[in-house]
Amino acid sequence: MADKVVEVRNLTKRFGDVIAVNDISFSIDEKDFLILLGPSGCGKTTILRMIAGLEEPTSGEIYLRGKLVYSSEKSIFVPARERGVGLVFQSYALWPHMTVFENIAFGLRVKHLDNTTIKQKVREGLAYMQLEEMENRYPQEMSGGQQQRVALARMLVSEPEVFLMDEPLSNLDAKLRLEMRAEIKNIHFQTGATTVYVTHDQVEALTMANKIAVMNHGRIEQFDHPKAVYKHPATLFVADFIGSPTINKIKGKIDAEGSGGKVKVSFGNFSILTDYAAGGVFGRDKEVVAAVRPENISVVGERGKGSPENVFSCEVNTVLPAGPETILKLKLGEIGLNLLITQEAEYRKGERVNVYIPPEAVLLFDSETGKLMEK
Amino acid sequence: MFRATIRKPHVIISYILLFILLFIVVIPFFRMVWDSFIWHFTDIRLARGVNPGAFTVFHWKRIFHSKLTRNVLIEPLFHSISTALGISILAMTIGGMLAWLVTRTDLPFRKTIGTLAILPYVIPSYIHALAWLTLFKNDRIGGAAGLFQFLTGVSPPNWISYGFLPIVFSMSLHYFPYTYLLLSAALTSIDSRLEESGEILGARRSYILRRITFPLVIPALLSSFILTFSRALGIFGAPYFLGSPVRYFTLSTQIYSNITNRVPAAGYILALVLIAISSTIIYFNQKIIGTRKSFVTIAGKGFRTQLTPLGKVRYPALVLIILLLIIAVLTPIILLVWQTLTLYPDDYSLKHLTLLYWIGRGGTEFAEGEAGILRNGAILKATWNSIKLALTASILSGFFGIFIGYAVVKGRGTKLSKLVEQTSFLPYLVPGIAFGALYLSLFTNRIGPIPALYGTFFLVALVCIAKNLPFTGRAGITSMLQIGSELEEASEIAGARWGRGFLKIILPLSINGAISGFILVFITVMRELSLILLLVTPETRTLTTMTFRYQEQGYTQFSSAISVMIIVIVVIGELATRRLTRKSAI
Repeated sequence: MADKVVEVRNLTKRFGDVIAVNDISFSIDEKDFLILLGPSGCGKTTILRMIAGLEEPTSGEIYLRGKLVYSSEKSIFVPARERGVGLVFQSYALWPHMTVFENIAFGLRVKHLDNTTIKQKVREGLAYMQLEEMENRYPQEMSGGQQQRVALARMLVSEPEVFLMDEPLSNLDAKLRLEMRAEIKNIHFQTGATTVYVTHDQVEALTMANKIAVMNHGRIEQFDHPKAVYKHPATLFVADFIGSPTINKIKGKIDAEGSGGKVKVSFGNFSILTDYAAGGVFGRDKEVVAAVRPENISVVGERGKGSPENVFSCEVNTVLPAGPETILKLKLGEIGLNLLITQEAEYRKGERVNVYIPPEAVLLFDSETGKLMEK
Repeated sequence: MFRATIRKPHVIISYILLFILLFIVVIPFFRMVWDSFIWHFTDIRLARGVNPGAFTVFHWKRIFHSKLTRNVLIEPLFHSISTALGISILAMTIGGMLAWLVTRTDLPFRKTIGTLAILPYVIPSYIHALAWLTLFKNDRIGGAAGLFQFLTGVSPPNWISYGFLPIVFSMSLHYFPYTYLLLSAALTSIDSRLEESGEILGARRSYILRRITFPLVIPALLSSFILTFSRALGIFGAPYFLGSPVRYFTLSTQIYSNITNRVPAAGYILALVLIAISSTIIYFNQKIIGTRKSFVTIAGKGFRTQLTPLGKVRYPALVLIILLLIIAVLTPIILLVWQTLTLYPDDYSLKHLTLLYWIGRGGTEFAEGEAGILRNGAILKATWNSIKLALTASILSGFFGIFIGYAVVKGRGTKLSKLVEQTSFLPYLVPGIAFGALYLSLFTNRIGPIPALYGTFFLVALVCIAKNLPFTGRAGITSMLQIGSELEEASEIAGARWGRGFLKIILPLSINGAISGFILVFITVMRELSLILLLVTPETRTLTTMTFRYQEQGYTQFSSAISVMIIVIVVIGELATRRLTRKSAI
């Protein structure tokens, strides 16, 4: 089997008493687009910087294409300049005293390429990023989007083995961000370069990555394909972090068996049927959190005669129409429910509506561990 | 961990800087303390049983507990404190009013006035003192009388010519721009929304000024008072020219006369007293006001402020300010220029005006054969020395500052970084004359492999570099903070070694930011007197120290002419700064 492009083993980083990265291991293959996703301070940027060689880990090992570039035990630390990685910074880190041309050429000059080659490569990079007319400008004379392109071009021309990107889109406005997202995905498609990308934007992660590592408090909560992360969040944290509006969480207890030997969860005066098979770990009175994605709940007209199960009468609290879709905030007893609906319908505050929660859409999490329970 | 730390270049730089700082700041201090505890050869005149080089508390006893204590310590201390208090109160009143008028009212020509208002601070402080003498000198002490006596025939009493009043008055005129700058910065940085909220709630202008604006600038006000006070405490030129002739001594002039009268240990002890007082003051400024300062809502941006209409007093205020500027800037310069043109020091009549002191050939008929300053080899040499010194000191301390900034900013949060920052700040606590004394005490004799540096240009340059480190270090830190670590990391990612990244990225970027700091040091050194006075020899003397000598010997025309030259050079420097950086060097 071919070597992993990036492999991290038991990586830990402490800043004084704070553990920023806690014993993390993962690996990615050729052409992978890995996104490290998590809230600020979860350690995702620290991991990226450790892979780049800008931060020295406290312990663990890092391999790049099978070559050991860091090992605490063997006292190996290959400096950033010798690791052959490219990095796009959040702030782009373009050198303000150099023209666009010089910015892009810097890495090539360091490699002592001859001037003709440098010129040719820089021009290619500029053309690739549609910056042909810009080579004599200074970074501060350009828009944020253009600076971003220069930063990408600077990384591309040095042909690194791994692309590293640290929240590259977070300084752009919403529209430009969408464009650049497509552009970066396209670059990845064309170059096939293995990429590690850091972001706190879950939409960015879901749309661009083929692997996502969801991080929290220095640990990876889940390392999986984007779809799996969305549909089968390993922990309550992942379920909560991914998806907008956020997933509905209902705290309850496992009740008596429902129809067909499936688990029922009771909360307040209500109970909800799931498609988890009863028995085993699902003992009576076990505390669980039932989670349902907002788009999986639907408004139903009259209380359906055939399946009175899982139909609830709620009060409309807030209506947030947003173009093609509408977010409904409902009250079910003491609990708030978020719905994402695409029907064109008018709702008024205080109005009562019936909603249906399909049993198969309910995910159960163990209240104690926060982990997703197996069906 | 050790391996990781040692590899970081900023850590290595920190250690190198600390090592240098140890030599140019820390060791001189301890050497001076030590020197105050030993017998010196010259002490043979003072006591019996003198054993040069041996330990003694004789000098400390002599200063703190003897018949001399009153004259050597108590009175000068009292004079230092009272003049410093007077100067800072007067300067703060003038500077504060001016700051408010310029930043917050509809005073006419506010911008121009704002620019002109810092000029008194640009010219060397002792020039105000010399101008005062030119105007109000009387003939009782000896020497030529001033313009006032020439015009009116009345000899001014001593309290007008010398001592407390003239020192306070002339130095306030020098220091008010300093308070003006600090306060106008504070005033412009107040978020105008704070005042507008008051207005929305129905408060009147005067009420807002009293209850919102004023309380907000109180910390800046206190801070500028304390900073002015600590600077005024160490001034040397003015109390020397205006105090010493009537035996009105301050600590700094006592230090000078003790050292020149060959009782260095006494001078060192007084320098330590002066250092102790100014460090205490600055410490309290940092501790107490430094924390309170936080509520001045500095956002870095100029807010649109509503200007208070002055109404009827608009023009009277303008006239007052113009008068102030005439007194503080124009008069001293005119007086000095006039003085340079007088044939006899006390004869200001137009028919006796002459250019002899500027371009005279130096015959035997006057000034003991000294040629006019534009033909005088010694003076041209001093000019060259001054420029050479200012250039050397500003370039070297500027680079030093960049490295300090790099080490401090890269190591942010570590003890090492703090240590470098604090050590480089130490010279700020030491008044110029005392700093000169430190160097005199350390470098007069050879220490190990280092030869005696006294009398060399290197020593004079070194003291100027060290004394200005707090400013260039600050400037270095500020500009390094603006650079951002990612720019350097990006070069590392691109495959560049540390040296290349530093040369190609850090240095070009920080030099841009450091250039105003560089010119500030140039101007400061150009007008420096007290710091280098004890260290220069005829070989290394500068324009400022020549002024001092000529003034001492009564050749007021020469001293005035040299002062005029210094003003010209310094003003050119200041204008150059504005050209280059669009802001003032001060």
